[in-house]
Amino acid sequence: MIVQIDPVKQTGKKYWRSLEELSNTSQFRQWVDKEFPSGAGEMLDGNSRRRFLNIMAASMGLAGLTACRRPVEHILPFAKSVEEQIPGVPLHYASVFSLGSKAQGLVVESNDGRPTKIEGNKKHARSLGAASGFAQASVLNVYDPDRSQVVLEAGKKSNWAKFAEFWKSQNLGDGEGVRVLTTANISPTLAGLEEQFLAKYPKARFVEYEAINEDELLAGSELAFKQRVRPVYDMEKARVVVSLDSDFLLHDAAGLDTIRGFARGRKNEHEISRLYAVESNYSTTGAQADHRLRLKPSEVLGFAADLAREMGALPQGLKILGQDGKFGKWVKAVAKDLNEHKGTSVVLAGSRQPAAVHAVAALLNSALGNVGTTVEYVKNDRPAMGESIGKLSAEMGSGAVKTLLVLGGNPAYTAPADSGFASNLSKVGSVIYLGAEADETAKTAKWHLPQSHFLESWGDALVDGIASVQQPLIEPMFETMSAIELLAMMLDKQGKTVELVKAQWKLDDKAWRSALHDGVIESVKPESVKVAADAKAVDAAVVAVKKPMSGFEVGFYPSATTYDGRFGNNGWLQETPEPMTKLVWDNAAIISPKTAEGLKVVQGENISITVAGKTVNVPVMILPGHAENCVSVALGYGRKVVGRVGKDVGVDVYPIRTAAGMGFSTQATVAKGTGTHNLVTTQEHFYQEARPIVREATLAKYHHEKNFATAEDEHIDEYSIYGYHKYDQGNQWGLVFDLNACVGCNACVTACQAENNIPIVGKDQVEKGREMHWIRLDRYFSAEGEHSDDPQVVYQPMGCQHCETAPCESVCPVAATTHSPEGLNDMAYNRCVGTRYCANNCPFKVRRFNYLNWHKDMEESMKMVSNPNVSVRMRGVMEKCTYCVQRIQEKKIQAKVEGRRELRDGEILTACQQTCPAEAITFGNINDPNSAVSKLKKKDLNYGLLKELNLKPRTSYLAKLRNPNPELA
Amino acid sequence: MALIFPKQLDSIVRLAIPLIGLGVLAGIGGAFYITQPDVLEPGYQPEQPVPYSHKLHAGNLGMDCLYCHNTVDKSSFAAVPSTQTCMNCHGQVKKESESLRPIRESYQSGNPVEWVKIHKLPDYVYFNHKAHVTVGVSCVSCHGRIDQMVEVKQVANLSMSWCLECHRNPAPNVRPVELVTKLDWKPEGRDAADIGRELVAQKHINPPTNCSGCHR
Repeated sequence: MIVQIDPVKQTGKKYWRSLEELSNTSQFRQWVDKEFPSGAGEMLDGNSRRRFLNIMAASMGLAGLTACRRPVEHILPFAKSVEEQIPGVPLHYASVFSLGSKAQGLVVESNDGRPTKIEGNKKHARSLGAASGFAQASVLNVYDPDRSQVVLEAGKKSNWAKFAEFWKSQNLGDGEGVRVLTTANISPTLAGLEEQFLAKYPKARFVEYEAINEDELLAGSELAFKQRVRPVYDMEKARVVVSLDSDFLLHDAAGLDTIRGFARGRKNEHEISRLYAVESNYSTTGAQADHRLRLKPSEVLGFAADLAREMGALPQGLKILGQDGKFGKWVKAVAKDLNEHKGTSVVLAGSRQPAAVHAVAALLNSALGNVGTTVEYVKNDRPAMGESIGKLSAEMGSGAVKTLLVLGGNPAYTAPADSGFASNLSKVGSVIYLGAEADETAKTAKWHLPQSHFLESWGDALVDGIASVQQPLIEPMFETMSAIELLAMMLDKQGKTVELVKAQWKLDDKAWRSALHDGVIESVKPESVKVAADAKAVDAAVVAVKKPMSGFEVGFYPSATTYDGRFGNNGWLQETPEPMTKLVWDNAAIISPKTAEGLKVVQGENISITVAGKTVNVPVMILPGHAENCVSVALGYGRKVVGRVGKDVGVDVYPIRTAAGMGFSTQATVAKGTGTHNLVTTQEHFYQEARPIVREATLAKYHHEKNFATAEDEHIDEYSIYGYHKYDQGNQWGLVFDLNACVGCNACVTACQAENNIPIVGKDQVEKGREMHWIRLDRYFSAEGEHSDDPQVVYQPMGCQHCETAPCESVCPVAATTHSPEGLNDMAYNRCVGTRYCANNCPFKVRRFNYLNWHKDMEESMKMVSNPNVSVRMRGVMEKCTYCVQRIQEKKIQAKVEGRRELRDGEILTACQQTCPAEAITFGNINDPNSAVSKLKKKDLNYGLLKELNLKPRTSYLAKLRNPNPELA
Repeated sequence: MALIFPKQLDSIVRLAIPLIGLGVLAGIGGAFYITQPDVLEPGYQPEQPVPYSHKLHAGNLGMDCLYCHNTVDKSSFAAVPSTQTCMNCHGQVKKESESLRPIRESYQSGNPVEWVKIHKLPDYVYFNHKAHVTVGVSCVSCHGRIDQMVEVKQVANLSMSWCLECHRNPAPNVRPVELVTKLDWKPEGRDAADIGRELVAQKHINPPTNCSGCHR
């Protein structure tokens, strides 16, 4: 039977992934029509295939029989056994990952003493067993060969003893002119040492700075509540959510619990929550929204204030955005919806919005009676960071600072442009910089001290009343110290760092042991504070903000891959496609199609953005759904002094980020710039020819037509010339992706990369379509009709579907890919000869080919991160998602050893499933009707892809539902 | 014009072509033969840094395999014992022995003894000792009568077809779990394979024969 697929069968909603695809340009067709991307078969180094064969023939002849001797391998057992260490059995330790002023509990796997895989800690309230992409990828930094490894004095090799001598030789007196600049200090042990430092040098001063901070959030709470508090949300209880430029599903999340709660609120198909997002840049949060309003960053305050006035939370006054039209309608509808959900709604403000917006959000939450139900406030005493670094820089400029000790953070790169921090560094007597990399700050420092990774040193973290111990897994790889160790050394403290941490928490031995085991200190409990909102103060703050101007605005957001630049040298993150643009190895100026038209630029052409006299040239990325007349740029790129991975990647936009415009600037001038830049995105790779593989409906339609997800599936006669194998015995593995839960955060991509030894290939190789990720997150735009300025976005995770009648298997000439009795599409790498027939025949385009030997030039230290339970694939071999077969086998063997016949449901977790903050991935035995995955597969939302091909995929999807407000339809 | 080649050459060439052909075939056949796992693998018996005799320890003295290879039922690796394990006894016995010098040195310095690996599987094969030993596959099935070897040598060819032979028909190699380290076990009055068959049925032993059972 020949199945004809009509690519234009789609009716109603249209799905596309890029503007080129939507307009079906000839370039796009060319990309799609080729069996393999152009140049995919070419070698890298300029040697043609013919030349390669020549070389091969010659070396075969020369090789002769010289290699016929059996290589001798050695086994090196310990001289003295190490307690609990069994070769081949991984150990797990609890620790904590701090990023800015947030912390995430972790459980880290150690294989024979090497930390290899980071998972979340179920007992930590900000992790709940999930781990973000940053946390997971941070393990790679331990083995980064470009790390700072020795003490440098004025750029020359030195050692710790010499530095200690220098430190003692300084006459610091009472600490006059001594300043210590740290990153957000959430470590009580470090804070304790700071106190002792101040006792010794009373006139010294500590300053905290993070480029991505919560200054405005805390200032907003001070406005509304007269105290510095931070909101903690219970998103699961919220039925109506209003986001005021808050990307609470990615950058603005206090922890992964926010994502989990929100996803749970969207999963119940009978009652899903409703999300209104008001934002300028298209964020992952906006992608989940039922209604999304595009506004320039500065207009968000107007919307917030209008909403508060409409609801009576703020005194009546002039509506900023006007009574009528679209905005008026929006404000009325949202206000009504919120009023109908008192106590079960929540309003969130984004960290880049000014304090007044945070104050309005706080005011609305307390007016709606949400405090105590969906939101609680906890004390947070982080200082105002933007302000304090400005003051410090001024002191430095005046020559008042004799000694500046910088404890991490690379402030010379991240400080606000108008603070002049980088140039004022030269006016300081001696700069001592403790940093993990020889970066921009290290370059100007008199002493550069190498910093230990968090997996190499003891520490702790206390955020929102959740305390955890940072437990090291490995001795420092190089001669490094942590901030705690350095301060302890400066204070002449003897003994081990672990004793300092232990002393800080005053725990008895048993409590200490359980704190290490659980990763959280039980005796410390989060305490919510009582708040009372002051509407008058909020009103005054709102009125005081200048009205938005009509000019261009530029918004800054943290990079989803390099954060503020600190992960610039992390290859895993650099190659992870940015969630919305799918851009890799770059940042870009994101603008809407209409704005691009106005500026007369196309994708990849540079535009110049000028703020406060400084100009940067940034390539344009056109993203539908972005607000008009504003630009969004990601921080953390264009590092000048960085290791090999991050070199010449992207554009540094810190030069246009001023202290007054840390979140966004309303004073920007934007014009067509000079030159172009080659932006590489993965959004067009592995095109699906417009087949209906994403399915979604509104809640109303679903109630009306329960089986909409499968209603249009073609009925096919099941006929096979071979006959079908019956998969009805024992374990039959299957997986479900819930499109309602997936927020597109990429945590699964990094988890898969770490678990399965997936190499990175670099920008030029990604451009050729050679990326190796086994799971990808396809991002689809959708809209009714043709072009739309307000498309919706759906994420679809895509990996091997493990088809029972897999088309890849039947074309393999060497039976390298075959089916297991448990329904897995097995891949035997050592049998593969690299014909690539399977990839060509895979309708889902999930097979990845090793065009080159990606592991060949891998530094020795980087090999230590590899998972010993997964083969490292060589050149010429096909690979793809295995459902983490190594984890399946491990648990099956374990069950057998324990004498159990049956595996428990949920005992086997795939790497992507384990780390998913949204619980969007469920894996298990579909032969067991009571397993979680079987129950999901019975839902009427469940659908398999490309039913008409009779592939019988083991992976299925739950169709997406949206819950629009009829009044805004 | 005189002929360039003498006439006899014809017959030489006629003779030589088949000979060259035969030579090539013999070469291919020979290469094929010597790379057969059966020819290439068994009998590998490298010299170890310490002439440790399994025959003395496991055979004559009757030490259990698990005394030294104590992770064999806990991990995929059987684990060569740490120097400390040797010193448990040799701290008292043969304290001055010259051949035990590397052991004493290792114990003092903390550096490992560099034992030579004998049983090698390719990196893409994930053999798991734990999975085999705990269901009753004896050491002897793969390693032979170690208790009779002064120096250990490889007896099985460790090829994939050899693995599959047992995975397809495990009964002859399954015995009661408590007897896995009893290398000379012979059931009295019964056929070992019969007992194996019973155990296979009773324990639902169903070894994988698909790729991902061993290759990941």
